[in-house]
Amino acid sequence: MKEFQFIIRDPVGIHARPAGLLVKQAAEFQSSITINGNGKSADAKKLIKLMSLGIKQGMEITCQVEGEDEETACEAMKNFFNENL
Amino acid sequence: MEKYTGKSVLKGIAIGRIYWYQKQDYQVIKTEVEDKEAEKRRFSRAVETAQAQLSSLYDETLARAGEDHAMIFDIHKMMLEDDDYLDAVNEVLEEGFNAEYAVETAQNQFAELFASMDDEYMKARAVDIKDISRRVIRILAGVPEDGILTDEPVIVAADDLTPSETVKMDKNKILAFVTARGSSNSHTAILARSMNLPALVNTGMKAGEELNGKIGVVDGFSGEFLVEPEQDLLDEMIHRKNQWVADLEALEQLKGKDNVTSDGRRVDLFANIGKVEDTDGALNADAGGIGLFRSEFLYLGRESFPTEEEQFLSYKAVLEKMGNKKVVIRTLDIGADKKVDYFGLEQEENPALGYRAIRICLDRPEIFITQLRAIFRASAYGRAAVMFPMIVSVNEVRRIKEIVEQVKKELSAEGYSVGKVELGIMVETPAAALISDELAKEVDFFSIGTNDLTQYTLAVDRQNQKLESTCDTHHPAVLKLIEMTVANAHRAGIWAGICGELAADTDLTETFLAMGVDELSVSASSVLKVRKAVRDI
Repeated sequence: MKEFQFIIRDPVGIHARPAGLLVKQAAEFQSSITINGNGKSADAKKLIKLMSLGIKQGMEITCQVEGEDEETACEAMKNFFNENL
Repeated sequence: MEKYTGKSVLKGIAIGRIYWYQKQDYQVIKTEVEDKEAEKRRFSRAVETAQAQLSSLYDETLARAGEDHAMIFDIHKMMLEDDDYLDAVNEVLEEGFNAEYAVETAQNQFAELFASMDDEYMKARAVDIKDISRRVIRILAGVPEDGILTDEPVIVAADDLTPSETVKMDKNKILAFVTARGSSNSHTAILARSMNLPALVNTGMKAGEELNGKIGVVDGFSGEFLVEPEQDLLDEMIHRKNQWVADLEALEQLKGKDNVTSDGRRVDLFANIGKVEDTDGALNADAGGIGLFRSEFLYLGRESFPTEEEQFLSYKAVLEKMGNKKVVIRTLDIGADKKVDYFGLEQEENPALGYRAIRICLDRPEIFITQLRAIFRASAYGRAAVMFPMIVSVNEVRRIKEIVEQVKKELSAEGYSVGKVELGIMVETPAAALISDELAKEVDFFSIGTNDLTQYTLAVDRQNQKLESTCDTHHPAVLKLIEMTVANAHRAGIWAGICGELAADTDLTETFLAMGVDELSVSASSVLKVRKAVRDI
């Protein structure tokens, strides 16, 4: 399993738009991808759960990636967070 | 006449006939079905139809309002593909109930999930869940989609509007939106802003079809919605609307023009911002720079200190957007009157005169150094200046400069490139104004904060509404301190600006120019107004 931490910079946090993009990005990989933050966790491939985490600016999330393509998936998710959140 | 007051989304005035938008609300009836599998197939087909409708809504909105606004329908599609949502529907279908009831059950469950979150933005997402669910229910029940039927442009009034309802409406037929519920975070509000239409939300009106065809006035300045106003009031509103349109057009004409008086005196007109997103507004208003970037926003509404990296990215974003225009960043101005628990500040009897702003920064240098490192690292990406609030002595300025030198040295040693950064101070205490001759030798510029300067000079708490009449912002004592500060700045060869609310007071523009003020920093919405005042001199 691979994981990384990230502090959310987007002023609105993980709101609808980036959540939608995040789900699309996560869906490209076989690995299971979990986002932990704000004391909750959600499958990164499930939009409503992900939004209901209520992740706001300044909060630290942990992204865990587990599966056959975890190397590439983890890198892709890191890039995604850097570019979008 | 009836009058309702709501939250204004966009300043402006609209006058016209009211169109009450009645939702064709379909009453869901719970029934048991004989063939569970057939009902599941019926639900799947309805979802497919809904997806197709959402795709075409996406395309329509993309063409009309751009990707940012169209995205919501992409989100709706994804919500309709969401396993958790579909599972919730299927669970009820599995129990042998009808699909309409199953969708409504899932809708209530997920709408409740969002509505219970302690975040205004997320609360507003409950509407999205309702929007997709209602779409599916309508399809299942064979109820046609709603729309507005009108020949002339109207004021659309409704209980609440979903994003798809808003976007379905023909913009050419709408003068304004008024809703009984809704928040300024709702997509209706966002779309109204993008369509540049006045809109009031959360008016709490308990009206209905009886509004249809009546004359209405939407006042986006006061947040008022008037129904059938008396002729006198209507005439007055028509006059105000015409005036507003004329003023707006006149100010638009001033974009790209110089801030110069008829006898050739010039002044810089900058904008005050509080968040990275405000930068677009400042550029749009044709501000020549940012005269006050309040860095507090980075610290407020959170549980722990913002990291150096986080701050760096925010400052860099503003500097890059502003290009070669100056950006004056004010370091942390926080005290016991602002709620930031993680600072661990003690309650004070008199926070305005207490442990705040630069006093905290000098006492707890680790906080200050993190912010300075972020600012100086970002300075490589634009024209940064930094200023320090609540200065009362020369000694404070010398200590700040020592810390700044140390930070610059460390950053260079770590291999960061650092731009040339002007160092300035806020002159907002009578003490700073009175020793401005001494202070001017230490810094590159002064920025006069008139809000605090007035409060401290007149000994008037500006939060106390009873003292409003005593709080004379044109008091000669305040003006004398400003004049003195500007004169001392020029004697030492540095520039002086004003960044308080007084900078936007056009009754004083001529006075400030006569004093030789070099820069006025005002809210983005006041930039063109002040430019007009300067050009009228």
